[in-house]
Amino acid sequence: MTTLSEKILGARAGTYIDRHVDKAFCHDGTGIQAKIIYDAMGAPGIAFPGTVYIIYDHIAPANNSQTAELQAELRAFAREYKVHFLDIGSGICHQVMAEGRVAPGEVVIGADSHSCTLGALGAFATGVGASDMAGIWVSGETWLRVPDSVGIHLSGSTGAGVEWKDVALSYIAELGMDGATYAAIEFTGESASSVPMEGRLTLCNMAVEAGAKTGLFYADKETERYLARFSVSCQVQVPESPDYVKDCYLDLPGIEPVCAVPHRVDTIKPVQDLAGTSLDQVFIGTCTNGRYEDMARAARILKGHQVKVRTIVVPASGLDYLQAVSTGVIADLIKAGCTIGPPGCGPCLGAHMGVLGKGETALSTANRNFKNRMGVGASYYLCSPSTAAASAIHGEITDPREVI
Amino acid sequence: MTALKGSGPAVCIGEDIDTDLVIAGRYLRTKDWNFWAEHVFEDLDPGLAGRLKGAVLVAGKNMGCGSSREQAARALHEAGVQAVIAPTFARIFFRNCINVGLPVLECELPGCHDGMMVSFDCIEGWVETGGTRHVFRPLSPGMQEILSSGGLIEYWKRRLHR
Repeated sequence: MTTLSEKILGARAGTYIDRHVDKAFCHDGTGIQAKIIYDAMGAPGIAFPGTVYIIYDHIAPANNSQTAELQAELRAFAREYKVHFLDIGSGICHQVMAEGRVAPGEVVIGADSHSCTLGALGAFATGVGASDMAGIWVSGETWLRVPDSVGIHLSGSTGAGVEWKDVALSYIAELGMDGATYAAIEFTGESASSVPMEGRLTLCNMAVEAGAKTGLFYADKETERYLARFSVSCQVQVPESPDYVKDCYLDLPGIEPVCAVPHRVDTIKPVQDLAGTSLDQVFIGTCTNGRYEDMARAARILKGHQVKVRTIVVPASGLDYLQAVSTGVIADLIKAGCTIGPPGCGPCLGAHMGVLGKGETALSTANRNFKNRMGVGASYYLCSPSTAAASAIHGEITDPREVI
Repeated sequence: MTALKGSGPAVCIGEDIDTDLVIAGRYLRTKDWNFWAEHVFEDLDPGLAGRLKGAVLVAGKNMGCGSSREQAARALHEAGVQAVIAPTFARIFFRNCINVGLPVLECELPGCHDGMMVSFDCIEGWVETGGTRHVFRPLSPGMQEILSSGGLIEYWKRRLHR
């Protein structure tokens, strides 16, 4: 029967469609490139400025004059065309969009590969490049091939010290870096409804690391609860015995804390097998794991300890930051010796602050450990916020179950 | 206009080549497209950039995975790559190539090695190397229209000023 992607897009898998885009967003990096393309197209205007968002997160604030000038140009463009503009401090585009700007059933296109994050809300959300974004500005629509779907069936509950990030890394390893290429991933099964929104955002965020077009959860009571905070109404979505081209069964009690090891996201090892690996930097943040709950879990572990290695914490959004300040989470992190960065992508893409040097090793809660990404000649392991926090205390990779 | 048929020496790269390796994050913030061509593949093999003019890039599976950065497709196009051939592509990179006017062909070329001549024809849907003709999955009519326009800029120029 019909998958959620087929239902939202209104056509069967394999069909090419032209579809109105309900929300279109980009960031400082892809936005300026889209503006250059838009100018070259000689377009008369933006078709639906109310659906367009420009959010500064990748190099926020600017790292040098060249970046500052490009950002100033895009800022002026946003004002001229009266699109939604969220400047530095707002946070990572995916998180900012998840904060009441996307509703279940919408088609959401972002000029960033992790736009699939928003499938957590039951939207069809996927990434494109700068030219496609410029085309959407011009016309309000884009072409899509309705994807096949891969079902990830969740059962049982995770054990102590195991987080949704460990589940995410586990399914990526199970599928492989191209295990869901051109397809959508649907998270389903008896435990899907008990995954909290922060976990859904983490799981859907990493769908692209298996090559997927998007990752989706069916909107349910949890979606309703989460969106009520932003006064967004929620139409519940019910699975209609969808047909999957591939199934992946994840028994949550069997999942343990894991790291993706250099330099492939789909190559994981149990944290306990890596215990003792010496670290030069720990980074907690990104669109995968920079939310309030992630920082709070790290703070619970770090409270009363001192980090033995430089530890950078970057909130995913201004709202997450504010919540972490008002609940004392940030104070606990600072007392433990962490450095707090401004909301945004931080060192994730290796463009500014927190970049590593040759021969250094980092543990990061990000979604990619591609060679040279976070600094030329450095090595990166990916993990959950709890593993990151436990490891920061010891200056080496540490199983979080030892400290909780 | 994009040349929808051509031939050139193969430049072979491996599987799962991510767009960070095509063009690194530290080089993205500029309007100078040629700057990306100068730094293309720098973190994979600094010698590759000088061999791309007129070449057909032959990659392994999952070519262009990772970041949505269009600069990766643009860098290859600016460097003079005629077409990119791989058994599978990451979908954003695939779209980006079409949008910058760079033919992408979904096809496996067993036995192809550096320097072998590769011919392709996007209209008839074949790739030929070492005397063997391979048929690839055809592009949709919409994709063909964007590609034959020379990319999305030219496509929209034509549509808007028709």
